[in-house]
Amino acid sequence: MNLVTIAIKSIKQRILSSSLTALSVALGVMLMVAVLIINGVVSDLFSQPSFGFNLVVGPKGSDLSLALSAIYRLDRPGEPLPYLFYKELKEHRAVEKAVPIAIGDVTEQGGFPIVGTIPEFFDLDYAYNKPFRVCVPGTFLKTPWDAVIGSRVAATNGWNIGSEFKLIHGGAESDHIHDEKFRVVGVLAPTGTPNDRSVFVSLAGFWAISGHEKPLKEAIDRLEKFRYPVPQSLRDKAAKPNKAHDAHAGHDHDHELLDEQKEVTAIFVRTKSTVAEIALAGEINEDVRAMAVNPIFPMKRLMTMIVDNIKLMLLTLTSLIIVISAVSIFVSIYNSMSDRRREIGIMRALGARRETVFTIILAESALLCLGGGVIGLLLGHGLVAVASPVIEARSGILVNPLSFEPLELVLFPVLLVVGSLIGFLPGLAAYRTDVAAALSE
Amino acid sequence: MSLVLDNLKKSYREPGGGRIPVLNVPHFELQTAEQVALVGSSGGGKTTLLNVIAGITSPDSGRVVVDNVDVTGLNEPSRDRFRALKIGFVFQTFNLLPAFTALENVLLGMCFSGKGTDSHRATDLLTRVGLGHRLHHRPPQLSVGEQQRVAVARALANHPSLLLADEPTASVDIANQNTILDLIRDTCRENNVSLLLVTHSPDVAARFDRIEKLSDFNLSEKASGGR
Ligand SMILES: Nc1ncnc2c1ncn2[C@@H]1O[C@H](COP(=O)(O)OP(=O)(O)OP(=O)(O)O)[C@@H](O)[C@H]1O
Ligand SMILES: [Mg+2]
Repeated sequence: MNLVTIAIKSIKQRILSSSLTALSVALGVMLMVAVLIINGVVSDLFSQPSFGFNLVVGPKGSDLSLALSAIYRLDRPGEPLPYLFYKELKEHRAVEKAVPIAIGDVTEQGGFPIVGTIPEFFDLDYAYNKPFRVCVPGTFLKTPWDAVIGSRVAATNGWNIGSEFKLIHGGAESDHIHDEKFRVVGVLAPTGTPNDRSVFVSLAGFWAISGHEKPLKEAIDRLEKFRYPVPQSLRDKAAKPNKAHDAHAGHDHDHELLDEQKEVTAIFVRTKSTVAEIALAGEINEDVRAMAVNPIFPMKRLMTMIVDNIKLMLLTLTSLIIVISAVSIFVSIYNSMSDRRREIGIMRALGARRETVFTIILAESALLCLGGGVIGLLLGHGLVAVASPVIEARSGILVNPLSFEPLELVLFPVLLVVGSLIGFLPGLAAYRTDVAAALSE
Repeated sequence: MSLVLDNLKKSYREPGGGRIPVLNVPHFELQTAEQVALVGSSGGGKTTLLNVIAGITSPDSGRVVVDNVDVTGLNEPSRDRFRALKIGFVFQTFNLLPAFTALENVLLGMCFSGKGTDSHRATDLLTRVGLGHRLHHRPPQLSVGEQQRVAVARALANHPSLLLADEPTASVDIANQNTILDLIRDTCRENNVSLLLVTHSPDVAARFDRIEKLSDFNLSEKASGGR
């Protein structure tokens, strides 16, 4: 028998009020842990040190919107870029690798974003030093109707090699379902990035779907804006409205598309060096045609302006909850003190020192806080487990309930200190107990 | 010599100022293994005397020597330790901590002595007071008489040299009174423990060879010589 077991005994003696107070701490800690975990996942997601490339090139506009649409596939894509621009950029001396993507469609089942790209996409690491891996071996996008799917897509839709699926044009709300069927040829190993919930098809397949050949007028305007020569054949076609390709009209994709007609949403670029990155970004951004962004910067801004502030607010709220629980523990222990004078008197008569009874009370409140903390930790991870499908469905962010935040460890010394502070006054009352008076009660 | 009191004086402050004397013991001695019944009128200072001997209450002046150690000269932590090691206490009622089983209450008596707990000895003591079958019962599940026996077992847990009992039989019936009294006296005798037992009951007092009367704040002079 030691002081801690004595403290546990007296907690048990008042099991109802003890468990209620511990529960209030647990709820506060639960919320705090959930906030920490979700926030940690969001920060990780939005502050990857590397995406395997260091520039995203897209239409002029908001850099944040470009990053959110091209990398996170959370935002609608802006104006497209001519495919010719990609070909030009690829040959730039600063560029080591350039990979175009075309987005805007989603799968009919599950509404996962479709990414039209080239096989080289999978040569770029998805995160720093982490190359893509296929968990079910398959070929990467050889024919226009091949598709490589992310792990989440495979799990949610129950797809595997050989599964076939259709697309919806321009977002799940639209009801225009394409007739063309894609066939899964590869399933990616989980990456913990938005790629897990993406479906990759070849650019050729993406363009081949009707509706992806832009109205010729727009395409010509865009070519002119980008200062590319417009072939006479295009002008001829555009002049004959009866044969023009309307957005949703023909299923006329037997013929080869001209490069001039092809468009991409964004281009991922890996430059040869940081100096080259700055030079290239400067060059592109000076021009009116497009914009080059190192995605780290807009994401950092998003983090500091919004995510960090929300985190701070939530952490403040949860801290307040913990403070309130702490006060209730204090009230509960302090109220029990008058009932316990006799017990303290007996212990002192048995030879317990003032410090000893003080320590017992302190241990009691520290144990209540810590016990509540441990329960809260488990409940917090449980809450995340329950909430993660909802979060994923609403935001596409994957939250692993088992992921652990280092800050969670800080919680325990904090709770220990809080518990000791709470126990201090009742402990002092125990310390000061007049033994003779307590024994005569 | 188990206990020596010398010129012991204790007074309490009166609400109106001034002091009321409660204790005045010129000299008192208790031999090793000697058993004394302490009688006196209510409010006569008996409980106060026990508290002073145990080092729970400080006297105004005078000396308390237990087992050749001057308790009044010790600082408080040493007095606490000394009490844990040398003095057993049995009160009239509510001796036990309600959250602890009989066995745990006895162990509790050991755990403040700094010598560690010995559940073997605790079980043994409880068996000897006839509670071998009640080890894991908590006080509310025990009768008052049984609770007093647990208290006796606990008081002897640390091999004390002096047992102080403050009306230990006042709240039990006559049959139990004698059982408990015999129990206390026999276990003290077996363990070579001196006993100072406060009682109001002439019947209880009559069973002791030596009876001291604490009246008018004075331990009667004839007591000073011992037997
Ligand atoms: N803390 C105190 N402050 C003031 N007076 C006190 C205090 N404790 C005890 N007294 C007084 O000291 C006197 C002796 O009290 P004590 O409890 O020692 O008597 P007692 O002999 O044990 O009485 P009883 O037989 O009724 O238990 C009483 O008059 C009591 O009022
Ligand atoms: Mg009394």
